[in-house]
Amino acid sequence: MLDVQGLRFRAAFFHSLRSFFIAQQFLEVDTPIRQPLLLPEANIQPLTSEDSYLQASPELCMKRLLALGCDRIFQLCNCFRKGERGRLHLEEFTMLEWYRAGAGYEDLMDDCEQLVSFLLVELGGMEGCVVGGNGSRDSLRPGGSDRIIATQPHWERLSVQAAFARFSPVSLEQALASDTFDEVLVEYVEPHLGLERPLFLYDYPVALGSLARRKDRSPHLVERFELYINGIELANGFSELTDVDEQRQRFTEELRLMEKGGRQPMPMPERFLEDLAHLDQAAGIALGVDRLLMLLMGKRCVGEVVSFAPDDLA
Amino acid sequence: MYTAADLRKGLKVQIDGAPFIVIDFEFSKPGKGQALYRCKMRNMITGNQLVQTYRSNDKFDKPELEERKMQYLYCQESEYHFMDTQNFEQIVIEKEHLGDNVNYMIDNMEMEVLFFQDRPIDVSMPMFVNLLVIRADPWAKGDTSGSDSKPVTVETGYVLQVPPFVEENDKIQIDTRTGAYVTRVKE
Repeated sequence: MLDVQGLRFRAAFFHSLRSFFIAQQFLEVDTPIRQPLLLPEANIQPLTSEDSYLQASPELCMKRLLALGCDRIFQLCNCFRKGERGRLHLEEFTMLEWYRAGAGYEDLMDDCEQLVSFLLVELGGMEGCVVGGNGSRDSLRPGGSDRIIATQPHWERLSVQAAFARFSPVSLEQALASDTFDEVLVEYVEPHLGLERPLFLYDYPVALGSLARRKDRSPHLVERFELYINGIELANGFSELTDVDEQRQRFTEELRLMEKGGRQPMPMPERFLEDLAHLDQAAGIALGVDRLLMLLMGKRCVGEVVSFAPDDLA
Repeated sequence: MYTAADLRKGLKVQIDGAPFIVIDFEFSKPGKGQALYRCKMRNMITGNQLVQTYRSNDKFDKPELEERKMQYLYCQESEYHFMDTQNFEQIVIEKEHLGDNVNYMIDNMEMEVLFFQDRPIDVSMPMFVNLLVIRADPWAKGDTSGSDSKPVTVETGYVLQVPPFVEENDKIQIDTRTGAYVTRVKE
């Protein structure tokens, strides 16, 4: 829970986020939070509201707006994911998403660099952000401490393949084959990412980016990236998959995984697929606003940077 | 039965036939990945620690644990005798399973005894106990070492540091979590 000074900082932070995008001719949009269906994602459990779902991300609506002819849009909104509670997770959290028509994932990486640099200047002329330790007071992740991350442009870019080769005892292929990609990533790879300066982890296996476009020269990979600062994942962006047939196949696979996991079946998002046919090249990204604010304020847990954490309400 | 989603600090679960308590817990979920529940746990019998990562569909049995109010009767060498205050059943707990608690146990004291599958595995003491000082050397006046405490022995045989004014036959209060002196008690 924030005190009055903290609430002012959060408000200034939101204002700066909006200023950044408005200055670049992005259109601010607000799409419904409550929706009859969500994009099928095997690893996201939605919260429901009567006969509808609370959005896990505004992605579905925002991509339909791109297809309608918007070329630069952004949204700051609340999203909901059932059962996600922890130091870096709230079931209700704030997401910033932005989309660019005619762009690719590298354009979004440039956006991230400029956005964070802009925020640091706007919020007090900082040259880097003092960030809370990467679980430094957490016995599950010993080591590490509060540190200052230099945030001048040209952040490090590391492919998933190279990151596994550098930090993990098993290769990316071995981790995928043994179905332990997530465990290895969390245990061995993430704690090393973005410690001196922010880092983009990029080019994920196809199975880990159901809405991302394949790389032309390496079709087993998709053009997806994650932004890390001090071991903490902040944003997920990708070049959008706009091939309707392939998107349908990927959704079918996600739906199969959901069914296998005993989840309530979700219908195929037909209207979304219809609109996708009108979308050419595009790229979009979702950034966890509370986590970025947590880093900027030097806090250790996202519950400390929202007006009310769940424990403050009960 | 618990699932990984129930895991939190303090939860007791059964793994490979032994009771474990979760002492540290972190929820992680890499982007687009699955929920992972990273736990540090302590075996409630051996004290060994275990760090393990679970997925949402992992399941755990509830350990068969029961707390019973018991009265400490007496000890004979390393055997400590207790009586259930409800049904007067008597049991023996070996000294090695009582740890530091033996420093604060006096005859007829009541405490909670934790049983796993009818086997006593732990006792929980009151947070504060009052014990009689049976030996206290007078404080060496003019001690310029700067120390403002001296050792005394209490009725259980436990030796601790106390302020200089504590004397033999005083009753003192001790914090059983730290073993430290709290205050002198007037009776």
